[in-house]
Amino acid sequence: MESWLLSGSQYRLLLEASGTTLQILAYAFLLGIVLSLVVGIARLSERAWVRGLALVFVEFARGISSIILLFIVAIAIPILFGAEQAPLILLSAIALGINMGGYGAEIIRGGIQAVPKGQTEASISLNLGPAQRLRHVVLPQALTIILPPMGNLTIEILKGTALVSLVGMTDIMQMARNIRQQQLADAVGTQPVLFLNVLVLYFILAQVINLLFKVAEAWLAKRYEGGPALTGTELEAIR
Amino acid sequence: MSTVTHEEKTPDMEEIHPHRRWYRRPSVVVPVVLVVIGYSILVSPLVREQNFFRPEVAADGGVTFDWNFFVHLFPLMLQGLVVTVKATLIGFLLAIVLGFFLALGRRSKRRLLSWPVTAVIEFIRSTPLLVQLFFWQALVRASEGITLEPITILALGLGIHYATYCSEAYRAGINSVDKGQWEAATALNLGPVTSWTRVAIPQAVPNVLPALGNYLIAGFKDAPMGVAVNAHGLLFFADQVRNDTFRATEPYLIAGVGFLLVSLPAAWLVRRLEKRISYERV
Amino acid sequence: MSVSETTTARDISSKGAAGVRMRGVTKAFGQNVVLRDLDLEVAPGEKVVVIGPSGSGKTTILRTTMTLERIDAGTIEVGGRHLYHESVNGKLRPAREKHIREVRSDIGMVFQHFNLFPHMTALENIMLAPMKVHGKSRQEAQALGVELLDKVGLAHAVNQTPGQLSGGQKQRVAIARSLACEPKVMLFDEVTSALDPELVGEVLNVLRDIAEEGRTTMMLVTHEMGFAREMADRVLMFDGGQIIESGPPAEVLGSPQHERTKAFLGAVKSH
Ligand SMILES: Nc1ncnc2c1ncn2[C@@H]1O[C@H](COP(=O)(O)OP(=O)(O)OP(=O)(O)O)[C@@H](O)[C@H]1O
Ligand SMILES: [Mg+2]
Repeated sequence: MESWLLSGSQYRLLLEASGTTLQILAYAFLLGIVLSLVVGIARLSERAWVRGLALVFVEFARGISSIILLFIVAIAIPILFGAEQAPLILLSAIALGINMGGYGAEIIRGGIQAVPKGQTEASISLNLGPAQRLRHVVLPQALTIILPPMGNLTIEILKGTALVSLVGMTDIMQMARNIRQQQLADAVGTQPVLFLNVLVLYFILAQVINLLFKVAEAWLAKRYEGGPALTGTELEAIR
Repeated sequence: MSTVTHEEKTPDMEEIHPHRRWYRRPSVVVPVVLVVIGYSILVSPLVREQNFFRPEVAADGGVTFDWNFFVHLFPLMLQGLVVTVKATLIGFLLAIVLGFFLALGRRSKRRLLSWPVTAVIEFIRSTPLLVQLFFWQALVRASEGITLEPITILALGLGIHYATYCSEAYRAGINSVDKGQWEAATALNLGPVTSWTRVAIPQAVPNVLPALGNYLIAGFKDAPMGVAVNAHGLLFFADQVRNDTFRATEPYLIAGVGFLLVSLPAAWLVRRLEKRISYERV
Repeated sequence: MSVSETTTARDISSKGAAGVRMRGVTKAFGQNVVLRDLDLEVAPGEKVVVIGPSGSGKTTILRTTMTLERIDAGTIEVGGRHLYHESVNGKLRPAREKHIREVRSDIGMVFQHFNLFPHMTALENIMLAPMKVHGKSRQEAQALGVELLDKVGLAHAVNQTPGQLSGGQKQRVAIARSLACEPKVMLFDEVTSALDPELVGEVLNVLRDIAEEGRTTMMLVTHEMGFAREMADRVLMFDGGQIIESGPPAEVLGSPQHERTKAFLGAVKSH
């Protein structure tokens, strides 16, 4: 192994492909968060059938592997429904999003349940409606519990995006394989070094996600120290 | 706080019963599980691949879902499933052992050891297994004189990947042992080995087991990735059938079915284990 | 137990104030019957103290009135309106959530453990309901919040979060938060029990202020007998799921008639 590095143009290709990876991640994350919220809250519904449905979703999404789900959603289902033109990127994001939703729902449920019951009771005594209780009282407090595992889950989904190369998308992983083809043709470069570099790229992306969540956690913790809801001058004006 | 305490009115008699049934005793369950794993690793090579995923029944050529074809894929799917399960089990065995050493390394007081180990753990944990598989495959190809079967590479990749997860579980388990326990061991003048084997580990095991169970299942979920390095597992079967018959729906769906057939009961077992253990620790 | 549809609104709701009337209320937790065919009437503006042994169900009376716990049988009226029932074509039917929520707007509750929202400042705690439930603007809610914090002697704590306040201060914020909804009936469940002894006084002072303003109906569960004697219009002794003795504080606390009241007061005094 003469060098641990790749050529500049190869890095450029990998960075371009990172765009695709991040795009899939973003879509999957959005869908995953929405599913997590809806299903996580549904898991705590008063109606038994809602709870049951939510449980079925969670068990399915966590029971099936993301890679198999990806093949089913991106390959089998479009054929079955004659929708072979559907954009792969969306199908991939749907598969990963469903996977994230299953785990995320349990995180959200756990977070909500960790908020003391007295908080809900206090907001009932203030006559807040069910949605307002969730929005203003329960979820903001649950967030401190939810954020750290959500960060880990997001990194798991980032790792999951590498799978889309197997269904024909050109993400970082697929680009690496393309570069490998080029290497073979040119008879330069070694394969382990190539994949090591790709691993480092993923590691950096994961650390960025990590950092974002840490920032969010710090921002959230600040609220518990009290903010300037009212500045001195505003206060004077009121008095 | 009158609202919280009332559910515990009638204590479950089993909880205080000294004679727990065998499957509820970690000291019995762990060896049994290990024996089962070992046995299946030894025996599963005997399950030969008969016809390399060639279905005997042809689909009728239409685009609609073909139930007959679907059902007839079942035995072939099982062949792939066995390979996937086998790779998972071997990989997990590696993960359990390697993870223990990683945990020890990370806990070490010597920074020269603990920092690199921590870095490696974090690195492996936050990068995709799929890329790691390609990396191991490339490394094996690049090194002279070593040839590994695809399934071995898959097991190796899984094992190393999940070793980092297991090491975190061990670390959490060891940290969960009360500091007073270590002090008591010191006060009794027990050596480090005795303190570990007789005091710390027995107390950490109940905290660690459910996490390990979950990682075993997670590893099983990742095992179909072996298709990328040509391991003849579940997805390899589905791909193969698709290439031969030009039908994609049935093989992938039945792969999903076969998958759930293993993962749902396994998850259920782990959850029972979790519940059982959390009762015992009240 | 008969449920009369024509509620005599005249005697339990006068302008601006609202009374509470419980009729045949039964509430059980599994086998444990906590409220047993309970009748209880509180006049508009009346200050009532409920005493009774631990675990007898005093909290449950307040919680069923606040709709935190649903009743198994009977009716509860607040300000002449049924809380859990609606009259449809002259018949009482179980009420829909919308109706319950509307009647509930007359009721406020202060809890033993404050239940302040820890992620909001004292002011934000108070502003939440006025803004989200009563449709006040931000400025109006701020002005109201500052005024109420002044009233409970916490003008300086506007921007502090519950984590930065003492128990007594927290409870005063909680009272202010409840006052912000302008409830006609206020329920206080052992609001000083979780406080250090030296902080009890500041909270009782606030309660006294509210009582002296006079219009709010107050139902208090407390073990502060001295306080009960001083500010209550009426003391209710509650045991075995029912009110077993009721009267002016001097009578019930001074010369109890019922054996169980005597025993209970004896046990409280000996502490
Ligand atoms: N959510 C609940 N589930 C089951 N039982 C309950 C529940 N809440 C209260 N109870 C039971 O109802 C009875 C009355 O409880 P409650 O809290 O109303 O008593 P209390 O008079 O307020 O007691 P204390 O003086 O200790 O506060 C108790 O026996 C209690 O165990
Ligand atoms: Mg009580």
